[in-house]
Amino acid sequence: MELFFNPFDNLLCILLGISFTVWFTLLLVFIIVPAIFGVSFGIRRLYMKTLLKIFEWATLRLERGAKEKNHHLYKPYSNAIIAREPTTSLEEEIKEIRRSGSNKDLDSASEFEMSDIFYFARRGVESIMDDEVTKRFSAEELESWNLLTRSNYNFHYISLRLTVLWGLGLLIRYGILLPLRVTLAFTGVGLLVFLTSLIGLLPNGRMKSFLSEKVHLMCYRICVRALTAIITYHDSENKPKNGGICVANHTSPIDVIILASDGCYAMVGQIHGGLMGVIQRSMVKACPHVWFERSEVKDRHLVAKRLSDHVQDKTKLPILIFPEGTCINNTSVMMFKKGSFDIGATVYPVAIKYDPRFGDAFWNSSKFGMVNYLLRMMSSWAIVCSVWYLPPMSREEGEDAVQFANRVKAAIARKGGLVDLLWDGGLKREKVKDTFKEEQQKLYSKMLVGTQEDRSRS
Amino acid sequence: MGSSSSSLNNVPDGQQLMQETGFSAAHLLRLYERFKFLDKDNRGHLRSEDFEAVPELSENPIGDRIVGAFFLPGQETVDFSSFVRVLAHFRPTEKNRTRAGAQPDPANSRNRKLKFAFRLYDQDRDGKISRIELLQVLREMLGMQVTEEQLQSIADRAIQEADLDKDDAISFDEFRKSLEKVNIDHKMSIRFLE
Repeated sequence: MELFFNPFDNLLCILLGISFTVWFTLLLVFIIVPAIFGVSFGIRRLYMKTLLKIFEWATLRLERGAKEKNHHLYKPYSNAIIAREPTTSLEEEIKEIRRSGSNKDLDSASEFEMSDIFYFARRGVESIMDDEVTKRFSAEELESWNLLTRSNYNFHYISLRLTVLWGLGLLIRYGILLPLRVTLAFTGVGLLVFLTSLIGLLPNGRMKSFLSEKVHLMCYRICVRALTAIITYHDSENKPKNGGICVANHTSPIDVIILASDGCYAMVGQIHGGLMGVIQRSMVKACPHVWFERSEVKDRHLVAKRLSDHVQDKTKLPILIFPEGTCINNTSVMMFKKGSFDIGATVYPVAIKYDPRFGDAFWNSSKFGMVNYLLRMMSSWAIVCSVWYLPPMSREEGEDAVQFANRVKAAIARKGGLVDLLWDGGLKREKVKDTFKEEQQKLYSKMLVGTQEDRSRS
Repeated sequence: MGSSSSSLNNVPDGQQLMQETGFSAAHLLRLYERFKFLDKDNRGHLRSEDFEAVPELSENPIGDRIVGAFFLPGQETVDFSSFVRVLAHFRPTEKNRTRAGAQPDPANSRNRKLKFAFRLYDQDRDGKISRIELLQVLREMLGMQVTEEQLQSIADRAIQEADLDKDDAISFDEFRKSLEKVNIDHKMSIRFLE
């Protein structure tokens, strides 16, 4: 067989080779090396500021264009449609209904009246039109347009310049940012798997945990750059220490990367299959993460035992837990599962708040798969977020796990500027338990029957 | 309303619904967003499961009845028009009902609001709230918190008070009379934001 090289092919090969070399050198110099040492050139901050200026201009332009053409500028889910008065209780409202129509004397005001149904009907219809819970599981509402089609208003018809700008953005995001980020992500994850497996071969000891910490930090920093995440950490003096539990509000799987690139944590979770499984298995070799098999998760005692064993060993890293148990759209904090507050370890609360202007970080797991979600993240402008480390909290005397969980939740909500909700995040998948309905029935029957008993006594 | 905007065209029967229900274009658009949001699988209509996915509604003791009110007899889906028509009952009553093209008895009138509430009781739609129907509603609203005797006595009293022709049931006229002094508009209206 004769090998025949076309000179053109040859040239192409050389060109490709050169561009690859340049590409990787640039990557190495500007991203991977700074990632290893944990320094930043400030490129990302500059990028963020420029973007904000452009968004501002685009929104102004959009509003002006809309006015000129007498368009109804319409933002999806922009704000609530109805005014709700959440403060009034069932009892107050029903009493008010009766007061307005009392054709009887006042002391019979606690008996059933046909008009009581108005209260329930109105409340029910209100929740059909607008409710506190389901909207927390959908994308957050935005004030200005960020040149992403997913958050579009009807911008197309407004101005040619805007459309061009949007097209340019599209080209940059998918043509330059996405490939760059995908390369970085693969580098980061690949290095993590490779190096942690390597460290796993070392004997346990100080050397191993030192190296493991460095490797974890480095790889997470590369991943942070793969998402162009611009993170501001506040109050770092409160960073979680060994023997503690770090609890944070949960918006997306990225939360893990964001926290872990600033400090090492022992992760808790279920062993997944596929790529996730490979990563998990190699990570656990280098450093004691707490992974559970699928069959073990159901066993609450076992989970609690392994967690408290881990916490008691002061040489082990603080545990990272998201007690909401599901992703919420970063406008609120929902009920914390009490398990992690039952152990009795010091809790280090952390509040994470994303800036939705650059791309929505919320993972709507019922709508997008993991890969799809990550691609959306990598084709967004950036992930901008703030992390607050709150002072450590521990359970007070006479306080049960639920009360403690609520206290921690309130603190996180306050710091992150999130709405503190009592609802269970599990409602995303499951139906309301009947106990909540019972609660309403109890309130109502207390009004009717509570006083009837009094009367029968007199 | 100057902005009969292009986006209202995306709402099915938008113009007609505006006329019929009195909702503004902006409200219809919002409601349509909400409708599409509840319609998770993009079928173009809602099923009772879609309503049940709203947690606050499943917490409502008579949630099932409220959902039922959206469905025409024998139908299992609700399209956007019927959705809006039901919600229109909860618009505040207009003081001066002289608007051109307004219907003689719009959904937000006192009469229609009362009718809506009456239907929540009268599930077999025979025009009467029977004793059994009343007991069922009471059981739903009070749950297992009261004894059967208590329930019976509450129902007895309610029927006694409203039942004028002594047929042991409450007709719509009797229902309306017994609620004569109640400010229905205030209680059966939702404040819509502009």
